[in-house]
Amino acid sequence: MPFTNEDFTVIDSIINRYPRKRSAIMPLLHFAQARDGYVTNESIETIAEKLDLETAEVIAVVSFYTQYKREPVGEYHVGVCINTLCAVMGGDAIYEGLKEHLGIENNCATKDGKVSLERIECNAACDYAPVVMANWEFYDNQTVQSAKDLVDAIRSGNPPAPTRGPDKLPTWRENSAVLAGISDGRAGEGVSAGEPSLLGLKLSKEGK
Amino acid sequence: MSKLTPVLSANWDEKDSFTIAGYKRNGGYKAVEKALAMEPDAVIQSVKDSGLRGRGGAGFPTGMKWGFIPQGDNKEHYFVVNADESEPGTCKDTPLMMANPHVLIEGIIIGSYAIRANHAFIYIRGEVAHVIRRVQQAIEDAYKAGYLGKNILGKGFDLELILHVGAGAYICGEETALLDSLEGFRGQPRLRPPFPAIAGLYARPTIVNNVETVASVPSIIANGPEWFAAIGTEKSKGYTLYSLSGHVNNPGQFEAPLGITLRELLELAGGIRNGHKLKFWTPGGSSTPLFTDAHLDTPLDYEGVSAAGSMLGTKALQIFDETTCIVRAVLRWTEFYKHESCGKCTPCREGTWWLVQILKDLEHGKGTAEDLDKLLDLCDNIMGRSFCALADGAASPIISSIRYFKDEYLQHLAIGGCPFDSVASTIFATSPAGGAK
Ligand SMILES: Cc1cc2nc3c(=O)[nH]c(=O)nc-3n(C[C@H](O)[C@H](O)[C@H](O)COP(=O)(O)O)c2cc1C
Ligand code: SF4
Ligand code: FES
Repeated sequence: MPFTNEDFTVIDSIINRYPRKRSAIMPLLHFAQARDGYVTNESIETIAEKLDLETAEVIAVVSFYTQYKREPVGEYHVGVCINTLCAVMGGDAIYEGLKEHLGIENNCATKDGKVSLERIECNAACDYAPVVMANWEFYDNQTVQSAKDLVDAIRSGNPPAPTRGPDKLPTWRENSAVLAGISDGRAGEGVSAGEPSLLGLKLSKEGK
Repeated sequence: MSKLTPVLSANWDEKDSFTIAGYKRNGGYKAVEKALAMEPDAVIQSVKDSGLRGRGGAGFPTGMKWGFIPQGDNKEHYFVVNADESEPGTCKDTPLMMANPHVLIEGIIIGSYAIRANHAFIYIRGEVAHVIRRVQQAIEDAYKAGYLGKNILGKGFDLELILHVGAGAYICGEETALLDSLEGFRGQPRLRPPFPAIAGLYARPTIVNNVETVASVPSIIANGPEWFAAIGTEKSKGYTLYSLSGHVNNPGQFEAPLGITLRELLELAGGIRNGHKLKFWTPGGSSTPLFTDAHLDTPLDYEGVSAAGSMLGTKALQIFDETTCIVRAVLRWTEFYKHESCGKCTPCREGTWWLVQILKDLEHGKGTAEDLDKLLDLCDNIMGRSFCALADGAASPIISSIRYFKDEYLQHLAIGGCPFDSVASTIFATSPAGGAK
């Protein structure tokens, strides 16, 4: 799909954020994923051209970071935290359960293109373990069953809202735009903080 | 009297704590007015006097770091916030930015003013979409309210603040790798010296500070450095966020004076989950040597934890009870370091690969007792011989676990497999003593 004039307007506004244009490469790659779902060869060429780089230099960056995908992922990309703490608390069982339930391997998508699965590292939510992410939104305190229910609901087009996030789960491409710094106006949705985040505050108010 | 001292988290239970209105209702953006009426050097002096030390892991004195920025050099200066939060166990900056992004922005304005920077960046990890939304919105609202942009509060100070979203690489939390990443390269650490304060972003004088460090600054300016210095212990001043996770009844965030102990924190967290006992824990994330139940009364400040052989790190207390297999835990962390090694230097790139191979065998009861020596020998060749501290972190869980739990490694060899039932460790374990809640 060729880049449109609107695409180039976005690209230029991203480049203009920075004192030096090469710094724009990461948000531009997030934008590429918002456009196409993954980083296409065409995006790599366009970004290289806009930033006066060789395509090899852009590819070197793409391949360094795990969030950039060179193949399409699911419309809903599900990450199961399998770093030690979550793994022990149930993340390993959740990952195995989802793998079997969806019939797919790590970094693969279901045939209908709805869900992909990834083993992810600590997502800075250990006090909510075991943690599952969908399109990088938090689903806290998961069980094998709740994670299966989540992917089933996603596949039937009715995913539950994230635990700490917007009222409705955005698609992979919608959230890639957020990562590119393009506002979706949903910052006001969702809780300020989940219960574990508030525990110390609550106890201090009780004088403990 | 409560042992806890919520400052950063004081308003998180308000529905609009993350909005500019919610922040200002609780006294927000008062400190920046005060700071901009001071000389920049006086702001640096206040931060020095407070005794604030970096909350990103190393505990370097913040005011001293700011003082390293050359002045009158006619170069651009940059202020960069490290919001990459990816050290396993660390989960404080993320809720902070979700619930109160404006306290971070206020700290950034004060810090940038102090070091005479007109450009600031927040480098945030890419896997936290809703936190990114909140911070982005807070920046937009701060611009609209005149706290960012040109001639802030009519004081002639200009500041542009840019949110930069990472893309999944733990190493980008290392400050020089972060700068390379922000410049648009693969995130690999740089040789130091020169330190970022002399040649950082775009080879210009740059400060890199952790989210919590920067967010602590407004309270210091508002209440005075003496107020901050009166909290905590002799060399570890102030309050901080301790994050408890794992096999405790009530995990969560606890903002307390530096020097509190795990015993005290466990009491607040409702103790180890019912029917179980503490086996091992990390005081400051997976890169800090493990502790056991022998360290329940170790003061959790910079000095106390190092005297006991570990590091305060990010105050990420991951708690594991007796159902957890030490070999499984350490193998998983080691796989993390192997995955996240940036590949720049040989000891780390090759060493972490070998560590994983050996640990995998040990988990399955394969290998011999000599393999433990081999692990320690490898660690010896990695620690202090690699380009950055990621590799030291990789060695920490291995060395400390062999120190405290050698018998358990040997037991795997004796029975030819893992003696633990992994189901018993989960929060949804159905065994009588298994359920956490
Ligand atoms: C592998 C590695 C990962 C790191 N990750 C982080 C991080 O996610 N956040 C952070 O603030 N510091 C991290 N650090 C520490 C930074 O290099 C740096 O010391 C810190 O940002 C300085 O801020 P402070 O003085 O306010 O603590 C990491 C260090 C290493 C070696
Ligand atoms: S120690 Fe590891 S992460 Fe650090 S520079 Fe070397 S290879 Fe990269
Ligand atoms: S280990 Fe899973 S979120 Fe930290």
